Amino acid sequence: MLVITDISKTFSPGTVSEKKALEHVSLTLRDGDFATIVGSNGAGKSTLFNAIAGSFIVDEGYIDLDGEDITFEKEHIRSRYIGRLFQDPLMGTAPHMTIEENLSVAFLRASGPSKHIFSRITAKEKQLFRERLSLLHMDLENRMQSQVGLLSGGQRQALTLLMATVVTPRLLLLDEHTAALDPATAEKVLALTKQIIEEKKISCLMVTHNMHQALEMGNRTLMMDAGRIVLDVEGAERAGMTVEDLLRRFAQNAGQALDNDRILLS
Amino acid sequence: MPVTIIQTALDNGLIYGLIALSLFVSFTILNICDLSTDGCYMLGAAVGVAVTIAGHPLLAIPASMAAGICSGFVTAQLQTRFGVQSILAGIIVNTGLYTINLMVMGMKTNLNIVGKDTIFTLIEKLIPGAFWKTWHRSVFLLLLLVLICFVLYRFLGTRLGLSIRATGDSPAMVRASSINTAFTVTVGLCIGGALTGMAGCLIGQYNKNSEINMGTGMVTIALASLIIGQTLFGRGKMAVRIAGTVAGSVIYRFIIAAALRMNVPTQAFKLVSAVIVAVAIAAPAVRQMAAERMQQRNAGRSRRKAAQQRGRG
Repeated sequence: MLVITDISKTFSPGTVSEKKALEHVSLTLRDGDFATIVGSNGAGKSTLFNAIAGSFIVDEGYIDLDGEDITFEKEHIRSRYIGRLFQDPLMGTAPHMTIEENLSVAFLRASGPSKHIFSRITAKEKQLFRERLSLLHMDLENRMQSQVGLLSGGQRQALTLLMATVVTPRLLLLDEHTAALDPATAEKVLALTKQIIEEKKISCLMVTHNMHQALEMGNRTLMMDAGRIVLDVEGAERAGMTVEDLLRRFAQNAGQALDNDRILLS
Repeated sequence: MPVTIIQTALDNGLIYGLIALSLFVSFTILNICDLSTDGCYMLGAAVGVAVTIAGHPLLAIPASMAAGICSGFVTAQLQTRFGVQSILAGIIVNTGLYTINLMVMGMKTNLNIVGKDTIFTLIEKLIPGAFWKTWHRSVFLLLLLVLICFVLYRFLGTRLGLSIRATGDSPAMVRASSINTAFTVTVGLCIGGALTGMAGCLIGQYNKNSEINMGTGMVTIALASLIIGQTLFGRGKMAVRIAGTVAGSVIYRFIIAAALRMNVPTQAFKLVSAVIVAVAIAAPAVRQMAAERMQQRNAGRSRRKAAQQRGRG
């Protein structure tokens, strides 16, 4: 369970470019919750993810994960139990290393950093990687020795998804991870995401700019504006909602219409 | 070429190959420009020669490696913990090391190993015979470099080695994989420091001398070797790239030896190295420029020809 209590973050405080990126955000994500997040430009969606993943330390408030206070935990420590995917498929993988080597680095989370640093990839692990890769149906299990830089964007993002979940994370952060892919590939990666999350029952937050996706994926929808969460719907209320309802509710709560130049309404 | 020149080129190439390997780790794998090489190499030579004069030629090797590790550690801490830019961190350490090196050499600018055993004289004594007397250095250095290349290759396949490689390849991915980049950068630069320090120690014992300015320009020479190696062998597997780095260093020494035969003065070598590095790094851009110019000219020609044909028709 992720409990965010009243966190705020201001960038460049006291200067002309001061930006209040998060303003007193509180959020509780129960175990197995899969919430989608939509919001206007600069609403603080990515900042929220950076705060949770530990890219910076928040100015105030607390972040607890499974009852543990992680507010001041370093980013590389948090990444042991928080998986993350970025929009750019090039960010999640090392292009000059093979598929197998990439997965091994991701698999380090299982063994912990201090243990066995001089050990090598075992045959058993290779077998595990092969099995996991075969789930992608991209024939990557037969290309384990290929450099990742040779793969397509979709393949790389699917691999990144696998790397983020090869050791089941307590929380998965998806930051528009299909936005840079072509529609058919995006569909495929999204289906994989759904499958892996359901299979492993991972708690997940997903930023999207596709309003239909925001309502269809997961069990909960959050909307953000100007560093605040302005809408949080789930259950029966969400089930009966259309995109129009969602936009209307957003306008009511945020005091303005949704302003996002990349939003997909259909 | 006479045998002695070939032999010297080979020996020097192998020893400087250690520095090329050090830059292979920092420059190629970690993608960090570490300019502390000159000072670190000199530190290895100073420590190595000082310990050899004290009567411990074997101990001199681990001692100079330890000194190199300290140098690499300081460089790494400056850039990972204190936010100093990597190039600047190297330059700062390099500058500071000048004084440290003088201190190690007892505030003298020159130390000579007179009448003391070096690792090479010890090896020479192992086996009698004329062949061994001529080739003991080359054989020892070759075996040493093979061993070091093998250890480095094996190390880069371990979890820690893979983490170091990933750090240079995709920092974002590494942070998301619970790897502390500060740690991997530190380990990488310490390995580089150990190799550079060892090279300094071996050169000191080889020439039975350490002189405070012998490190100047070493980073350019090592970079030239690395680039030669990566250009010739850079697209292969990791094992080939590691061996290729050492091969690049040996090839560089042979180029220098050939230049010597053509009566190029020794003072010109640093300029030659600088030109090799500049040319090697600039080559892809120059090739691109030439290709574009060629394309432009051909396009212009075929267009004129087409216009002429239309005019006639």
